[in-house]
Amino acid sequence: MSTTTTPEHSDDHGHGHDHPEHLAHHFESLEQQFDAGKLGIWAFLLTEVLFFSALFVAYTIYRGNYPEVFRFASQFLDTNMGALNTIVLLFSSFTIAWGVRNAMLGQTGLLKMNLVITLICAGGFMMIKKMEYEHKFHEGTLWAGHENTIFRLDPNDVPEDMKHHSTAWDNRNGDFTMAVKDLDPEFRQKLGIFFGIYFCLTGLHGIHVLIGMILMVWLLMRAMKGEFGPTNFNAIDFGALYWHLVDLIWIFLFPLLYLIS
Amino acid sequence: MPSTNTLDRTNYLNATKGFMSWFWTIDHKRLGLMYLWSVIACFILGGFYAMKIRLTLSGDVDFATQTAEQMNAYNNAFTVHGAVMIFLVIIPSIPAALGNFVVPLMLGTKDVAFPKLNRFSYHLWIIGAVLFVATLFIGNLDTGWTFYPPYSTGHTDPSVITAVLGAFILGFSSIFTGLNFIVTIHKMRPPEMTWFKMPLFLWAIYATALIQILATPVIGISLLLILVEKTMQIGIFTPELGGDPVFFQHLFWFYSHPAVYIMILPGMGVMSELIATFCRKSIFGYKSIALASIAIAIFSFIVWGHHMFVSGQSELMSVIFSALTFSVAVPSAIKVFNWIATMYKGSIAFTTPMLYGMSIIWLFGIGGLTGLFLATLGTDVYFHDTYFVVAHFHYVMVGSALFGFLGGIFYWWPKMYGVVVDNMASKIACLLAFVGFNMTFMPQFIGGSKGMPRRYAAYGESAGFDGYNEASTLGSMVLMTGLVLALGSLLVSLKNGKKSPANPWGGVTLEWQTPSPPPEHNFEIDPPVVGDPYDMTLVEWKGEEEGFLPVNPRADAPCVADVKPSA
Repeated sequence: MSTTTTPEHSDDHGHGHDHPEHLAHHFESLEQQFDAGKLGIWAFLLTEVLFFSALFVAYTIYRGNYPEVFRFASQFLDTNMGALNTIVLLFSSFTIAWGVRNAMLGQTGLLKMNLVITLICAGGFMMIKKMEYEHKFHEGTLWAGHENTIFRLDPNDVPEDMKHHSTAWDNRNGDFTMAVKDLDPEFRQKLGIFFGIYFCLTGLHGIHVLIGMILMVWLLMRAMKGEFGPTNFNAIDFGALYWHLVDLIWIFLFPLLYLIS
Repeated sequence: MPSTNTLDRTNYLNATKGFMSWFWTIDHKRLGLMYLWSVIACFILGGFYAMKIRLTLSGDVDFATQTAEQMNAYNNAFTVHGAVMIFLVIIPSIPAALGNFVVPLMLGTKDVAFPKLNRFSYHLWIIGAVLFVATLFIGNLDTGWTFYPPYSTGHTDPSVITAVLGAFILGFSSIFTGLNFIVTIHKMRPPEMTWFKMPLFLWAIYATALIQILATPVIGISLLLILVEKTMQIGIFTPELGGDPVFFQHLFWFYSHPAVYIMILPGMGVMSELIATFCRKSIFGYKSIALASIAIAIFSFIVWGHHMFVSGQSELMSVIFSALTFSVAVPSAIKVFNWIATMYKGSIAFTTPMLYGMSIIWLFGIGGLTGLFLATLGTDVYFHDTYFVVAHFHYVMVGSALFGFLGGIFYWWPKMYGVVVDNMASKIACLLAFVGFNMTFMPQFIGGSKGMPRRYAAYGESAGFDGYNEASTLGSMVLMTGLVLALGSLLVSLKNGKKSPANPWGGVTLEWQTPSPPPEHNFEIDPPVVGDPYDMTLVEWKGEEEGFLPVNPRADAPCVADVKPSA
């Protein structure tokens, strides 16, 4: 081992190690580099869980205090769309996990295919989400402070025990639509809070999906250059872990928001 | 034997030149220095607002004669002072500035685990700081540093948006720094350095980093929600829309109570290094100090409710939080007693860093013990929102965290710049700061105990608080003089300071085994010798020129051998 160098801009960083190609200068071995990255990504995922935690706590508190509002409000969400998105995300979690295996085995073609499928699924998820959001803006089922917030629902869908909240029926559209804007003001406010929580949770999750898509593009570009292989799959592995977390959060969001009854 | 000072050779400071070689560096030492100077710049900004507060309060303005404009300016001053000092100064001070510089050196590694992430943290910090400073020009932020709704979400000044966004981004900077340190300490220790052979500064940084990654995301989302609430009226926190403002307080203090330990734990870590080195004694109760850091980190998460005794939480909750809060006193006291026990029969060197260290024992003693008054449910209902609270947290945040930062700067200054600052000026500066600090905040304890409320722009003569305000303002002048002198002595040393050998103080931790300042990749021999970090018999004094040297140097090379002179 060299003890006599002065490390000025030398590529071997002055220590004369036999540095493998993918080993950063400050690590001793590939194993140390992988372990550090693994611990780092898990610690980061922990911070992500905590980042979402405040909204889950908000959900728990408001649902605990106003269970009937949440049961009522949940009907405004499109369960079919939510279920479809759950399937799309679960499938993308499978393809990215397969991609990690591909990288480990050096199957570059399959790796690229799986990354592309994952990316398409993520895009599909966002498209479906966009349709859901547009529908809500159209219907006016929005958060408490939005000027266009009006809650309309077919009276047949209104549970019997909810009907006493209604003080008026809206006949404008020819069909019987209950205008929740005329409901008991406190009930209506809490409805708005449900949608506030809905938009915050799904919006924050959507931002994470978008970040995941950027990540996939970056991984795909590196895969195109043939960077990944049995000795260098860390980035794919860690990216996949992030994607699984994004998937996992949705798996909690779907029943908590859509399947209340 | 060649000199262990590398100022006239190649070192990390002069290895590369130009703006980009600093701004785009991944070298933890350069990033540490950039954090240091950025923090000092922000400290001057925060200090300016502190003086503005003090000058307003000692003026002759009566409540009745103050204009609304003057009062708004006062509200703005204490908000900016608090927010800048907390988010931009104390939180990054020791972990980001000193930690970045020292942690890899103490571990004998070339860098932190994720150098590029480290650079990203610093750039995020800059963006956050710019947004904060922009707030000053946009409007009159007057919510207090806590951003409580409905102050922050209603019809307040729009500058709350940039401030909250800035704090949100600073939070991510802090998370990534903490994450880096956790992975670095876990995965990059030399094989011989077991957990219980780590320097106590690393234990403190590790405990701090745990809090950073576990608590900071919660303030991140809370601030984001404030932002959404302010711009879109989501309704979660705003009472007008059916939301619950106390819910924000819970989220806020879930972070911000642990955050006070983000501020104080690294100061305690610096303290342990100072005490051992300058008493020439192995630290007393090593394991208990190390584990006390972890205990404080854990307890910090279960005591947040003591900020909310009068916010309308249930009585049962308040009683439980009050009882739990006392638990923090135990590990804190363990540390203080261990420091004192280390000093007992030690060979104490009254160097500038040590003077800061000894100040901390006094200041943290007062700050910590008065915390118990506030933890006690009955007394806190009386003390809440009085100057007693203000004095208490300044004794901890300034008296301990900031003095720890200053002690750390003077202690590691030789390693950073290759010059020692330990002269009459720097010692007088410490003395002035210590005296000035006590003059500023001791009267506030007395005023607070007589019910003097905080955050008032004027009290009026009949209230009887003018004497305390006058004394406090006088003290703050002395404090400011001390701090300016300290900064001056550091700056002068850069020009013509006394050159420092590798180990001027006699520390046994690894950073003293490399020349001052270190080469680009930290160590010239690889890996450095790892021993007991507090066995003072491992080094001996060889005179001014050579400083302390290892008693049994490695056979292959001392840290200074065969270094080429720079071109």
